[in-house]
Amino acid sequence: MTVAATPAPSPATTGGESGVRLARSRRNAELSLLLLAMVLVAAYMATVEANLLDTVTPDFWMPAAALGAVFLGLHLVIRFLAPFADPALLPAVALLNGLGVGFLRRIDLGEAAPVDREDLATFAGIGGRQLAWTLASVILAAGLLAIMRDHRSVSRYAYTLGLAGIVLVMLPAVLPRSISEINGAKLWIRVGGFSLQPGEFAKLALLVFFAYYLVRKREVLSLASRRFLGIDFPRGRDLGPVVVVWLISLLVLVFEKDLGTSLLYFGMFVVTLYIATERVSWLLIGLLLFFGGAYLAYVLGSTVGGPFANFYLRAEIWLDPFADPTDKGYQLVQGLLALGTGGLFGAGPGGGQPDILPEVQNDFIFAGIGEEIGLFGLSALLVVYLLIVERGLRAALAVRDSFGKLLAGGLAFTLGLQVFVIVGGISKLIPLTGQTTPFLSAGGSSLMANWLLIAVLLRVSDGARRPVTGGSGKASRPAGGPPEQLHGAPTEVIKP
Amino acid sequence: MNAPLRRVGIVVMVLFGLLFANLNWIQAYKADEYRTSDYNGRVQVADYKRKRGNIEAGGTAVATSKETTGKLKFQRSYPGGAKYAHVLGYKPVNLADTGIEQVENDFLAGTSDQLIGDRFKDMFTGDETGGGNVLLTLSKRAQDVAYDQMRNNQVDAKRGAAIAIDPRTGAVQALVSMPSFDPNPLVSHNTTEAAAEINKLEQNPDGPLKNRALAETLPPGSTFKIVVAAAALENGVTKTTPIPAGSSYTPPTSGTPIRNAVPSICPEPQVTLLEAVTESCNTGFAQLGVRLGADKVKEKARQFGFEQEDLTVGQLGEGGLRTAASRTGDMLNPDGSPDPAALAQSSIGQNNVRMTPLQGAMIAGSIANGGSQMRPYLVRQLLAPDRTTSYYTAKPRELRQPVSGQTASDLRDMMVSVVQKGTGQKAAISGYTVGGKTGTAQSAPDRPDHGWFIGFALDKNGNPVSAVCVVLEQAGSGGSAEAARIGGQIMRAAIADPGGR
Repeated sequence: MTVAATPAPSPATTGGESGVRLARSRRNAELSLLLLAMVLVAAYMATVEANLLDTVTPDFWMPAAALGAVFLGLHLVIRFLAPFADPALLPAVALLNGLGVGFLRRIDLGEAAPVDREDLATFAGIGGRQLAWTLASVILAAGLLAIMRDHRSVSRYAYTLGLAGIVLVMLPAVLPRSISEINGAKLWIRVGGFSLQPGEFAKLALLVFFAYYLVRKREVLSLASRRFLGIDFPRGRDLGPVVVVWLISLLVLVFEKDLGTSLLYFGMFVVTLYIATERVSWLLIGLLLFFGGAYLAYVLGSTVGGPFANFYLRAEIWLDPFADPTDKGYQLVQGLLALGTGGLFGAGPGGGQPDILPEVQNDFIFAGIGEEIGLFGLSALLVVYLLIVERGLRAALAVRDSFGKLLAGGLAFTLGLQVFVIVGGISKLIPLTGQTTPFLSAGGSSLMANWLLIAVLLRVSDGARRPVTGGSGKASRPAGGPPEQLHGAPTEVIKP
Repeated sequence: MNAPLRRVGIVVMVLFGLLFANLNWIQAYKADEYRTSDYNGRVQVADYKRKRGNIEAGGTAVATSKETTGKLKFQRSYPGGAKYAHVLGYKPVNLADTGIEQVENDFLAGTSDQLIGDRFKDMFTGDETGGGNVLLTLSKRAQDVAYDQMRNNQVDAKRGAAIAIDPRTGAVQALVSMPSFDPNPLVSHNTTEAAAEINKLEQNPDGPLKNRALAETLPPGSTFKIVVAAAALENGVTKTTPIPAGSSYTPPTSGTPIRNAVPSICPEPQVTLLEAVTESCNTGFAQLGVRLGADKVKEKARQFGFEQEDLTVGQLGEGGLRTAASRTGDMLNPDGSPDPAALAQSSIGQNNVRMTPLQGAMIAGSIANGGSQMRPYLVRQLLAPDRTTSYYTAKPRELRQPVSGQTASDLRDMMVSVVQKGTGQKAAISGYTVGGKTGTAQSAPDRPDHGWFIGFALDKNGNPVSAVCVVLEQAGSGGSAEAARIGGQIMRAAIADPGGR
C-alpha cells in the first residue's frame, strides 16, 4: 500500500490562483442559503396542510424546524471541520431532503383519516421515519467529516472498501429470495421489519476503490495502446478489469434483476476510467459493451426468458406502457398520467392524488411531486440536482490530487446518473428501473449513503478551495504539511 | 484530468437537458391527452369534490350523492336499485358512465357551460356549489308497475322490455329492460369491486346491461300488421274491405305455406280488414302484403320510424340515450329481384323485420295521437343547483306524421277492436278506451316464441293518455297475452300518475 494515490498535480490544474481567490470560506452564505431552503420547506408544508386540511395547524413548522436544527448542526460541523467546503452543496441537498420529508408527510396526511389529520405527529408515518433517517444520516455525515479530515486518507482502505463493495453488491444476489427480493428486484436485505439496500453503500465503497486503482494504473491504461480507425484502443490485457466490472454489472442485471443498478455501476466505472485516462475510446468501449449487453439481455429475455425475462418485460413496458395500462404497465402509465395531470403549474402541494401511484414514496416520488408542483417545480428540482452535480465536478476540477479528482468527479457523476436513470425511467425516457431518487425517496439506506456521498464531496471541496499556503492551522496540504499530517497520509509523497 | 472532467460536466448537462425536454413533452405537449386519459382517475377524483346533482322522477330523487369521509368526497347512490338502472345508467369512479348519468354528465357534474355562473360565484365564495338537477319524465307509478310486472311475469320470461310514452308529447312514462341490474355496486369507490361487478354483469348471458327497450331489435310478429294495415288503408282498402284469407297461404315461388296461429282463425276465404286485425289473421296479411308490394310496406314502415339510426332519447335537442334502428329487411332474392315469399313473411313481422320496443310504442302512440308521432324524450327539465332557475324545459315536438288523421282513426278503431274482441283483451282498462295489437314472433326454430303487445289508452274524451310496448322474449305460448296484460297495467298506472311532461 505504498505509492499509489499520487497527487499528480499538473501545473494547469494546481489551483494556485484559485486557492487565493477562494480564500473566503463563504460559510455565512451557506447559512443564509440553508435558512432560505428551510423557509421554502416550511412554506411547502404549510401549503400542503392548507390544501389537505383546509387549515394550517399551529405546529406545521415542526418537521421543518427539526430538519433545520440538524442541518444547522451539520453547518456548524462544516464551519469548524471543513471551513472551505462548497457553500452551495449543503443548502441544495437540505432543500431536496426537506421537500422529500414534506412530500412523504403529505402522503401520510392523505392516507390518514380526516379526523386524525390535524394531529399527525411529527415523527409519524413514512414522513416521520424519513425525518428520523435524515437526522441519523446527517449525524453520520458529520461523523464522517470529523473522522476523515483529508479525503486522501480513505485511499488507504481502498482494497478493503473495494472488496466490501463487491460483497455488498453481490450479497442480495446470493441471499434467498425471501430476504432479498422486493417487487421483483433482488436488491435488499430484509431482517425483521428493517430493510437495507446494501448496493447504495457499495456505490461509495466501489468508487473509492476505482479511484485508487485508476490513479495507479492511469498511465499504463492511457499510454499503452493500439491505434485503430484513428482511435487509440487499450491493449487486451489492460481491458481485464473493465471486462470484470462489466461482467459484474451484467451479473447484477441478471441476478438482481435490476438494470438501473447495473447501469449505475458500469457508468460510474467507465466515467472514472475516462477521467483517469482521458481516452474517449474507453467511453466508446463502455457504451458499446453496455448497450450490447442490454440488447443481448433483451433478446435473451424474449427467447430464453428465465433470468432475463424481467428485463425483457421492463423493456416491453417501456416501449408501449399503454399496451397493458391496467396491469403490467399500470405503474408507468399512472406515473405519466400524474405528470400530465400536473401540467405546467401542478395541482399545488397537497392538491394532487399521489395515492393512486404505486410506490409513490420510492421510485415514483418524482412523478408524485410532479403532479403537485408541475413542470416548473420539477424543472427547479432538476436544476437543484444539476447544481449539486456540477458543484461536485467543480470540486473535482479544483482539487489538486488525482485521487480527489477521480473520487469527487466519480461521485458527482454517479449522483447525476442516478437522477437521470430514475427520472428518465418514470418519464419513459429510458426503461424504468428501480432506483431511489436521491434525497427525495423514502428509504434509510439511500438517504444515508447519499449523505455520506455529500460528506465526501464536502470534504473534497474543502480540500480544493483551501488556500495552499497559510490558512487555518489545521489545514492539511497536499504535500509538505506538518509531520503528523504526513504521518497520517503516508502514501502521499513517495514516488518511484 | 480536468479536460475529461469538464466533458463529464457537459455530459451531465446533456442528460439533464434530455430529462427537461422529456418532462416538457409529457407535462406540456401531452398533458391534455394524459389528463383526459380513460385510465386517469385523478380528474374524476377532482369531479368528486363537488356534489353531483340529483336525477329525479316524479319529485323523488332516483340518483343522488351523499357526502362520505373517504378520499372521494361524494358517493353516488341509486335508491331505486335496479328499477331505474337502464334509464339512469351509472357514474362509476373508473369505468365508463352510461345512461342519463352519461348524457347529462356535464350538467349533473356542474361543469356545463350553462352553470358557469355558479362556478364563477364559487371562485369568490370558496364554496363548491353542487351540480344541477335533472328531472325526468318518468311516472314513478308506471315505472314501479312496469318493473314489478315484468319481473313477475306469469310466463317466466327471463328477458324482455317495456316502454310507455305519452302519445301527445312523446314523454317517456316508463322504461324497463329485463333482466335489470343494481347500479349501486358499480359506483362503489372500491374500484376493484366495481370492476369485478361489471365484469360479472358483462359475462351474464342474459345481458343485463343492455337497454332492450331502446336498443334491442326483435322480429315484431303480428304487431307489424298494423304497419301493413296502414299501408293498405292508404292504398284503397277500407276497414270493411274483404281481403283474401284462408287457413293456409303459400306465397308464389315458395313452398313453405303460411298458416294461422290456430285453425279457428280466419279459415274463411275472405275476411274484412277489421276482422283480419282483430283475429290476427296471418294468411290475410301475408296476401295483403304481397298485393301491396314490398316498396309500399317498406315505405310505410319507414314513415313510422323504421330505419332511423340517429334517434336519441334524452333532451329534445341534441344527445340522449342511443337507440337501435328498426329494420324491415330488403325482401329481395339474392339476385335483387322481388321475393314474394320474403314479403309474405315480412308482412306478418317475420323474415328480416326487426323492431325495437320503443318503435312499437311510437307506432301505437302516433295512431292514438291522430297520426302525429311525437319525438320521445326522457329529460323534462334541468334545474339549477339551488333549484330556482330552470335551464331547460322540454317543449314537445312532432317527429313525423306517419299516417293521415283518417287512417289513424281507422287503425285506432281496429286496434280497439283487438282489445275488445280479439287477442288483446287482457289489456283492457275500465273507464278507458284501450287499443292494441299482440304479436307472437318466432325467435329461432327450436326456441319459444317472443310475445309482443303494442297499445294505447284513450280517456273518455278520446284524448290519448298512454302508449305502450311490451315484449317478453322467448316467452312461449301465452306470451303475447301476458304482454297485453302487463301493457294494460302499465298504462293504468300511467293514467293514475302521468309523471312529468
